Amino acid sequence: MRADRRTFMKIAGLTVVGLSLRPTVDALAGGEQVESANQTAPTGALTAKRWAMVVDETKCWKDSGCTDCIEACRKAHNIPTFDDPKSEIKWIWTEQFEEVFPEQAQRLVATASLAGKPVTLLCNHCQNPPCVKVCPTQATFQRADGIVMMDEHRCIGCRYCMVACPFGARSFNFRDPRTGLDLSKANPDFPTRTRGVVEKCNFCVERLAKGQMPACVDACEEKALVFGDVEDRNSEVRKLLEARLSLVRRPELGTEPQVYYIVS
Amino acid sequence: MYDGGKIIPGLVVFVALALAPMLLGATLGQGATKPQLTLPADEKSCIESTDYMRANHMQLLVAWRDQVVRDGQRTYVASDGKEYEMSLTGTCIQQCHTKKSEFCDRCHDYASVSLNCWSCHVVPEEQKG
Repeated sequence: MRADRRTFMKIAGLTVVGLSLRPTVDALAGGEQVESANQTAPTGALTAKRWAMVVDETKCWKDSGCTDCIEACRKAHNIPTFDDPKSEIKWIWTEQFEEVFPEQAQRLVATASLAGKPVTLLCNHCQNPPCVKVCPTQATFQRADGIVMMDEHRCIGCRYCMVACPFGARSFNFRDPRTGLDLSKANPDFPTRTRGVVEKCNFCVERLAKGQMPACVDACEEKALVFGDVEDRNSEVRKLLEARLSLVRRPELGTEPQVYYIVS
Repeated sequence: MYDGGKIIPGLVVFVALALAPMLLGATLGQGATKPQLTLPADEKSCIESTDYMRANHMQLLVAWRDQVVRDGQRTYVASDGKEYEMSLTGTCIQQCHTKKSEFCDRCHDYASVSLNCWSCHVVPEEQKG
């Protein structure tokens, strides 16, 4: 067939119309879509406007050498153990007082005598979290109840969040975490992580959803860890904060940490 | 054509060799064995119809993942009104498909689909044995 210019233009025009029809038909037909409306929040879950934790170190120091909270977290979240400190994964851990509150360790202040005491550390779940701002994939995000959470499915391992966090609360999986775990004793209700993602404390969102307190809070026999809603005037954390003098780490940075410390 | 006597038989041999796998497969072969799935013994149906699950289980799981992790919604209401916890290990694996290697893996191996679900999500039964 010999097509002249006019026929060619007609055929080309019809082709374009034909191609544009397919997406329209698809859109009108609706296709098979997974409904997202038929899901509900779990009943019996613990909810709050803003979750916070008060660490009463005066109680914690009564039983020096106790690692119940750390062990409970380790079990609940399948946290691997590596000998090499560079590969260490930390959700809840301790450091010496003067490292945690350098401004409180001056020679002449009352808290100076606390130097050398272990302070329990975990993610501060800042109200104004710098890690969330820098995450390029929104793998780290803040829930409406204030919990700063990791979506490990989205983490690309860029570690911007680790640079942004002024509290060193984040750990990177340099090694396959399953090599540092006994998988046969792993908690099946919580996934392990994979090599190349960042992880940190999640305030036990999976336990809150079942109506349980965080694993570390449940494990502490001295009741040194108090967890609750700071926006609720009748909550235990709020009452404690109103009654006692408390510290937060690096308040001058304006991240508004939601882990408070009572040290005297 | 120069060297036609070599080129044409050469082409015939090449085409025959190139088509040999297909021709042999079509005439003598038995085809790939369809994956044999071990279905749960005490459950008659999945959370949605079999056809729906076969076609859409991956989208369903992705929707579950986003609902649970990002929105904190943990209960799935199926189209028949039954409620399930949205949990790959807790619901799919522990309650029904206890042998991942005889359900998930058989089909995915057949279709040559490689997943990364299991690099994090735990399969409790199979760790032991």
